[in-house]
Amino acid sequence: MKLIFERGHEGQGCTVLPEPDVPEFHLETPGRELPLRLPHVSENEISRHYTELAGEVHGVNSGFYPLGSCTMKYNPKVNEVAAALPGFTGIHPLQPVGTVQGCLDVLKRAQELLCEITGMDDMTMQPAAGAHGEFTGLLLIKAYHESRGDKKRTKIIVPDSAHGTNPASAVMAGFEVVNIPSGADGCVDLDKLREAVGDDTAGLMLTNPNTVGLFDRNILEITSIVHKAGGLNYYDGANLNAIMGIARPGDMGFDVVHINLHKTFSTPHGGGGPGSGPVGCKAFLSDFLPGPQPVWDGDDLTLAMPPRSIGSVRTFYGNFLVVVKALTYIMILGRSGVADAARNAVLNANYMMRRLRDIYHMAFDDVCMHEFVMSLENMKHDWDVSAMDVAKALLDYGIHPPTMYFPLIVHEALMVEPTETESRETLDEAIAVFREIYELSQSDPERLRAAPSRTSIGRPDEVQAARKPVLRYAFPDGWK
Amino acid sequence: MNHPDELLYSKSHEWAKFLDDTTALIGLTDYAQDALGDLVFVNLPEVGDEVTAGEAFADVESVKAVSDVFSPVTGTVAEINEDLLDSPEMMNEDPYGAWLIKVENITDREELMDSGDYVNFYENQE
Repeated sequence: MKLIFERGHEGQGCTVLPEPDVPEFHLETPGRELPLRLPHVSENEISRHYTELAGEVHGVNSGFYPLGSCTMKYNPKVNEVAAALPGFTGIHPLQPVGTVQGCLDVLKRAQELLCEITGMDDMTMQPAAGAHGEFTGLLLIKAYHESRGDKKRTKIIVPDSAHGTNPASAVMAGFEVVNIPSGADGCVDLDKLREAVGDDTAGLMLTNPNTVGLFDRNILEITSIVHKAGGLNYYDGANLNAIMGIARPGDMGFDVVHINLHKTFSTPHGGGGPGSGPVGCKAFLSDFLPGPQPVWDGDDLTLAMPPRSIGSVRTFYGNFLVVVKALTYIMILGRSGVADAARNAVLNANYMMRRLRDIYHMAFDDVCMHEFVMSLENMKHDWDVSAMDVAKALLDYGIHPPTMYFPLIVHEALMVEPTETESRETLDEAIAVFREIYELSQSDPERLRAAPSRTSIGRPDEVQAARKPVLRYAFPDGWK
Repeated sequence: MNHPDELLYSKSHEWAKFLDDTTALIGLTDYAQDALGDLVFVNLPEVGDEVTAGEAFADVESVKAVSDVFSPVTGTVAEINEDLLDSPEMMNEDPYGAWLIKVENITDREELMDSGDYVNFYENQE
């Protein structure tokens, strides 16, 4: 499709702003030698441009989106209705707290409900997304050790199946990363963990269920090993959707947790953001939380910095309207609904896995949690059809591909997370597509290697895009 | 797949070419570059850095993933192959010409395999 700069022509335009009712004033803008290059398009051209753009994307509103570990569940429209209420949209962050009691109440209630779901005692809503939450949580761990004068705890243990953001966040927070390999069952190797911990261990970062979709059965032993060594346990909430309302990180021995509201609690992400990554902690870490925090002062809510706060990690109170959407979601589901969502997410994943395991090789052929990982190594070896080819072929059937080549410990991996919001009919259709693609990998592998053919762009050259990225639009000569 | 006889190989798929007893060039094997796919970025250490046998000294990025590169020897980085920074594809096109680093003052090395043992090793691994 055309870029907006390629639409319209010079002189075309539209007036969307009213005539000014104050005298015009021209700012002297030092440094700008040329006028701003803006598109010359009429209002209906703009409208058509964005309508066409919307047709180019695939989101949860378009079809099945089983992107593993991303929890691309459907985002109920009622969330948007709540977040659009003028009492939430018409406020300013510097308004006197007496005039925004309802908004502070939203933050406070969301904190309380999320603490209950995670088994934590306190929470900050400031972090803007998951990795930001990881970074914040690690700063809490650092502040805790330092407050006790324990300065030798410089290492964070991360299993090799972790999301790449875990080691990156640990390094950002000034820690050294110790990688430990997973056992053959895809879970933490307890002996390797025992070898890795010591008086330099600041903490462990773990996702449970882990990135291969399995609940680590040794979780109590794992967190106890770290605690006995004097470290703290950090729960990466990426996969909380599988256990919310049923099992709590706080009961598993975790001290700090981040939650992705934009995954687990049905707020839009993947281009529809922004995200929100609240961080919960046990009471002994509460004083270190970022602030300001909403706190009760008699019958009123006010804002206060925790006494030994690590400081603000973001301006004001985080992505407030995202919190409104998440709170709406939790309150509509209710106590039993939250657990039902988790159960159905696990049921859907197991249903798909069971219906595919006779032809697709499952990396860990066990009862899975909310997602499962297939290894297409045999297909690659026997018919030279890769995970990439299968992913591209799915596009032709209107299905967003699963996560590819992750986790790194599985070769030719496809990681499928159907989520609870898909019906059995959708799952059956997707299963039929996966089976058809499997047959094509033998009967017509060329077609798979050339896929997709029904999308508006075919297969982009990812190698060239990474090696020689074109990041700027080249305006034609003479463009004004 | 090509694995020259004059090189030594590690289990983590690096090759070492000893120029004398204490100096060697280190690179990625043909098997490694094929498994990683098209490489688009490499992060190299600096001249003067110490490398340790069995520990990561560089990372490479393909369109699939970022992977550590482990040093088969312990020593000091004498040179880095700066051409790779602009042209990481050289590691795919000519894995044995595209050395990553030259290590000097080598004091220790991993247990390394000759080309025959290396081919046996990865074929059994699959």
